[in-house]
Amino acid sequence: MAKYKTESLRCWDKAKELRQGVYDGIAKARDEGTMIVAGGTESAIALPAGFDMEFLGGEPYGASCTFMGIKDSSKYMKYFEAAEAAKFPRDLCSYMRLGFGSFLCNSYAFGGTYPKPTFNLQTHICDTHGKWYQIMSELEGVPYNCVDYVPFEWEIENESEESKDLKRDYVKNQMLDVIDWMEKVSGKEFDDEKFINAVNWECEATNLWARCCVVNRSIPAVMDEKMMFSLYVIAVLMRQRKAAVDFYRELLDELEDRAARGIAAFGDERLRLLHDSQPPWHSLEIFRYLEEFGAVSIGANYSFALSGGWAYDKENETWFPADPPRVAGVELKTREDACAWYANWLLEYHIVLRSLRFSGRGKNQRMHDIVKKWHVDGVMMHLNRGCEGTAVGQMEMRYYFSENNIPSLTYEGNHADKREFDLPRTKAKIDTFMETLGVRKFSEE
Amino acid sequence: MISAGMDVGAKTVKVVIVKDGAIIGKGIATAGLEATGAAGAAWEQALGEAGLARDAIEKVTATGARREEVGGYDDAMSEVVADALAMHVAVPEARTIVDVGAEEGRAIKVNADGKVLDFAVNEKCAAGAGAFIEAMARAMQVSMAEFGKLALESTRTIPINAQCAIFAESEVVSLVHDETSRPDICKAVNDAIADRLAAMSRRVLLQPKVALIGGAALGIGLQDSLKRGLDLEELVVPENVQFFGAHGAALSASEQ
Repeated sequence: MAKYKTESLRCWDKAKELRQGVYDGIAKARDEGTMIVAGGTESAIALPAGFDMEFLGGEPYGASCTFMGIKDSSKYMKYFEAAEAAKFPRDLCSYMRLGFGSFLCNSYAFGGTYPKPTFNLQTHICDTHGKWYQIMSELEGVPYNCVDYVPFEWEIENESEESKDLKRDYVKNQMLDVIDWMEKVSGKEFDDEKFINAVNWECEATNLWARCCVVNRSIPAVMDEKMMFSLYVIAVLMRQRKAAVDFYRELLDELEDRAARGIAAFGDERLRLLHDSQPPWHSLEIFRYLEEFGAVSIGANYSFALSGGWAYDKENETWFPADPPRVAGVELKTREDACAWYANWLLEYHIVLRSLRFSGRGKNQRMHDIVKKWHVDGVMMHLNRGCEGTAVGQMEMRYYFSENNIPSLTYEGNHADKREFDLPRTKAKIDTFMETLGVRKFSEE
Repeated sequence: MISAGMDVGAKTVKVVIVKDGAIIGKGIATAGLEATGAAGAAWEQALGEAGLARDAIEKVTATGARREEVGGYDDAMSEVVADALAMHVAVPEARTIVDVGAEEGRAIKVNADGKVLDFAVNEKCAAGAGAFIEAMARAMQVSMAEFGKLALESTRTIPINAQCAIFAESEVVSLVHDETSRPDICKAVNDAIADRLAAMSRRVLLQPKVALIGGAALGIGLQDSLKRGLDLEELVVPENVQFFGAHGAALSASEQ
């Protein structure tokens, strides 16, 4: 008999429905010839929300291609092969290669032909992202714009207010320029009210997701990371929409109820792990494999904060869900107000984007904070050869964990390209890690 | 209690039989693509040395990447924990174990009780593994023993890529074409492997004493390179370096 009670998540089907709705909406826009905007989904996606449009985000699309390929990898491998045939090397971001390949095959993983966008809009969040959509735009023959992104330093570095102000203005002014540019290249009028709503909803949705993650400090964990993959993606895909806010409000209520009643994600939880970087989407069974030992991944900085929403409490040296404008008592009235707030939100509270740029003490502090507050027994780090951004500082962090007696395991792989992943070897590493943590498989006890 | 440990590695199968904690028999055989025959040969040697029949063994614990291929054991464990158990008996004051297997290099940090505190293994790259040294010895057309001796004759340091065995190999080819002396090439290869192992060892916050085990530990060239690479006054190379995994597995079997 399991140690804890478990229940299916009532929101589960809703999450699947919302996710599918985004991809169906893109297909519909393609078929009806209405506006599609494409780019990295960690771009400022509230910006194009000033138009009636569907947004095709490259990273979740790549993850979906890979995940759907678990049953039949030929469906997405053809995208890699097409990108390679066009001379794009295998050491490039694997999401980017899937995007290129999907376009080159004129194939949309959710059915039909590739949905060519009206324009591409990107935020230069890592060294790859800006070039990704520049090349995509050249291939597609559509206009391209990119917001340069200069995140605030981690709080431990005590960045000056003057420097932060300069960054805020720099990003805000680029956003204002991009709005003018989008109007010009689309020939459509930008609706400030829609944009302001989108900024409010994006901040609210990501705040609510952060609050959901806080609930997961419970023992047993109310969510495991496998579940999170299906839940955080709503913020990734459509955080600028009210439907996302409504979904997370419902999810938060449900999670709080589960925590109060001691409902577990995994009934035999006895060891709590923290993951780092994206998961290997093609081999999510490693998370199921952990359960054979009674181990649960309670999340990752990536899963907690991919779409932002975490503020820093200087006094207690910890992070908490950042207040969205309406909770902070701020009414965004104008395009300028919204751009200023939005720029600050991304720079200050989007701590995953920050971790793509700055290695060192700040991310170590954030990870250590999660270890302490989420009652983590060990850390599993995916040395992800498919994403240079999330790889920033990983070995430095591994060293930090050793110095602080936090057990950690590294395994090499690629979040989207399974050719760079060795499942038996990874399982063997997990076996060793579990043995050093003093647990065996239930079946061997 | 009489128990046994079997370590089915990428290249060799090792069997150790212990009685009340002491080794009474050991055997080793080279495995090709098929490890079962080699396991039989290793068992035969070990049982012969112990003067026992197979049914005298009360419990067998296996370790090693290919153990499932061979079967015939009661329990299994990781190489890392097996190494630590055996080291606690062989060199109890060791705090860092560097194990260079054919396919995998490992650095293991242990406490005074022999408990594993941290470990690191090489990722998919073969640059920290013994198979690379063997390949280079073959390329130099010398035995492994001679490869080590030649390295000690060198007076030059030639840095080659320590991050990737493929790049390292192509650099060795360039050195051969440049008519670099064989001792200098042998030393360069050992230095490259040692650099990789040193990086792995630092990842677990290396502490003395450091003990080197695994098949490649027999190479005096690698011993010298690692000692320099880690700036060590002493590098312990215990007896039976190839048998630590099997010995630890046997000790684990006798504990249960």
